[in-house]
Amino acid sequence: MRIDVKKTYKLYIGGAFPRSESGRSYEINDAKGKFLANPALASRKDLRDAVVAARSALTGWTSATAFNRGQILYRVAEVLEGRKAQFIDEIVALEGSTRSAATKQVDEAIDRWVWYSGWCDKIASIYGSTNPVSGPYYNFTTPEPLGVVGVFAPQKQSLLGLVDALGAVLAGGNTAVVVASEKFPLPAISLSEVLATSDLPGGVVNILTGKTVELLPWMASHMDIDGMDISGVSANLEKEVRVAGVENLKRIHAFKDATPQRILSFTENKTVWHPIGI
Amino acid sequence: MTFEYAPAPESASVVNIADSYGLFINGKFVPAKGGMTFPTINPANEKVLSKVAYASKDDVDKAVAAARAAYTKVWSKLSPAERGKYLFRIARILQERAREFAVLETLNNGKPIRETRDADIPLAAAHFFYHAGWADKLEHAGVGNNPKSLGVAGQIIPWNFPLLMLSWKIAPALAAGNTVVLKPAETTPLTALFFAEVCQQADLPPGVVNILTGDGATGSHIVNHPGIDKIAFTGSTEVGKLIARSVAGTKKSLTLELGGKGANIVYEDAAIDETIEGIVNGIFFNQGHVCCAGSRLLVQESVHDEVIEKLQRRMSQIRVGDPMDKNTDMGAINSSAQLAKIRELADVGGEEGATRWDNGCELPAKGFWFRPTIFTGVTQAQRIAREEIFGPVLSVLTFRTPQEAIDKANNTPFGLSAGIWSDKGSKVLWTAKNLKAGVIWANTFNKFDPASPFGGYKESGWGREGGRHGLSAYLKGGK
Repeated sequence: MRIDVKKTYKLYIGGAFPRSESGRSYEINDAKGKFLANPALASRKDLRDAVVAARSALTGWTSATAFNRGQILYRVAEVLEGRKAQFIDEIVALEGSTRSAATKQVDEAIDRWVWYSGWCDKIASIYGSTNPVSGPYYNFTTPEPLGVVGVFAPQKQSLLGLVDALGAVLAGGNTAVVVASEKFPLPAISLSEVLATSDLPGGVVNILTGKTVELLPWMASHMDIDGMDISGVSANLEKEVRVAGVENLKRIHAFKDATPQRILSFTENKTVWHPIGI
Repeated sequence: MTFEYAPAPESASVVNIADSYGLFINGKFVPAKGGMTFPTINPANEKVLSKVAYASKDDVDKAVAAARAAYTKVWSKLSPAERGKYLFRIARILQERAREFAVLETLNNGKPIRETRDADIPLAAAHFFYHAGWADKLEHAGVGNNPKSLGVAGQIIPWNFPLLMLSWKIAPALAAGNTVVLKPAETTPLTALFFAEVCQQADLPPGVVNILTGDGATGSHIVNHPGIDKIAFTGSTEVGKLIARSVAGTKKSLTLELGGKGANIVYEDAAIDETIEGIVNGIFFNQGHVCCAGSRLLVQESVHDEVIEKLQRRMSQIRVGDPMDKNTDMGAINSSAQLAKIRELADVGGEEGATRWDNGCELPAKGFWFRPTIFTGVTQAQRIAREEIFGPVLSVLTFRTPQEAIDKANNTPFGLSAGIWSDKGSKVLWTAKNLKAGVIWANTFNKFDPASPFGGYKESGWGREGGRHGLSAYLKGGK
């Protein structure tokens, strides 16, 4: 009988896979209570390292052409498709869902990446504008990337919920610091392996596993995070997050589905005026 | 050489200010609970213009109830096209009464009649006209299918552009189908009260617009009122954050237009004479009481001396004095409190080692005044390079490379406006792309238009006002 080679589930920061600097981990069991893995229990310092990585990657990612960003997101879908079986197995084990439900979730997640990849070079032409001002000026408004966005992925639908959030942040040209579903973190970590092999520059996406209540206040009050997707944060924690986020007026949003407005929530509209004349 | 001008005063007789004004609730002027009032003055001579009612919590309750009833029973049931017609009417009445409003705004605010006549009032009317046309086209507002109004909007506006800020708030709110409770600034209530008369003349259904005069406490009652669905605020970042914390965790949506410390970047290839005009317009327009003022001048080192010499010469021609004189360029500071704040920061600028220069003009004995002032040799850590002064004070810094200009321009928690002066198109667009600011004026400054979205990055606020993007802040996407 062959003994399986089991995977060590680690963090994903700046394109590398470190353990938590704190040396901590926590136990994840499958839906039937059997041990599955010891993912890293990320600390405040890991979060700060992830923000530094995301900020460093921002200039490169935002200055890539929208077409290029779209190609890279499409590449993510391609690589994900090739590793479908692994994600289905993880979701069945963790979430306790049926194989067909898990397959549906993974299929939708892949298709959602494809959908988001197509938005990269359309969002500005549909939601930007040229504005007919009363005077001899050329005036236009474009949605530009917000910056570094913190993501608390939904606890359930651990892959699809994460892709819904992450795709919007990336299609808008932002970089991300993600805190994975606390109970079902394994698909997020496996996704980081997909991202690491999909031409996505290191640091554009950083993924932490750990306790929501421990990491949430530090993310909400971090002065170098520009926005947050808190779709995965329970209602009783929402007020605390929003109050802490006021310190640097973070743009904080929660969503139920994937829409162009979700992408726009993590953009800033820039309006430029220039005189017309000779 | 100095130019002598004969006095050219605008007549105040075109406006008839009553001795006192009530609150405008449910289509009528009513006294505040307990009959509380406070005086409002002309900051150019400190004379009392009128007494206005002071709205307390009970008055806010009444106004919100009126706005809710108007929303439920009338305004949300009206067809969008009909709603738009009311806004067209308001726009037309503002145009008809433009001179009256311009004079009144100048008397109550202290800004020159040339600006109220040529900018504030025409832009306010244009804002209503623009949004009137949106009322029956909301499905194109970009918020998704079947857009819906939010309900009752509580709106709090500043004193720097009283009627214009009112129009930025009320026009999109009404076009989108909301009703409003608006509080004008404590020091500049009068044009909002005259606007209430315009609503009456337009036969706007009672309760659709309610105007409450008062102070910060009145504003706080509006912000915290459970019957309000949306808060829109323009003012300081400090107060904006207080409001954001109050609203956090409630169902209210919130837009904020807050402070700024706009960088005005002058490259060595700029047309210098035009640039000088742009610098002056950027910081001395409206006495510098402008959140998007170009208050940090970033000059490329090679042209620094030339720019400063020409700027000082130009500043010597700025006419400061009677706001009602048509030749006046700069009027009065809006209040003694604001004057004290400007003086404090300007004094700090000198203490921190920057070189202070002002145009030395004579100032009237009564009223609140401050000379056009610049500081040269400013460094990034100094308070006059970081804090919003909200007055006619320009801080000058230098740079060598375009990247250094960007780094310095973005080195602030604010992100409202920026200016670029260069004759090279590709450099202008590169700079615009890299600036973290919501409004960028290239080879111009301080231009405003209802079709042009306005608002800031970072701590300069949430959301936009104007254009399709501004309208969407008063709508939610439906299913």
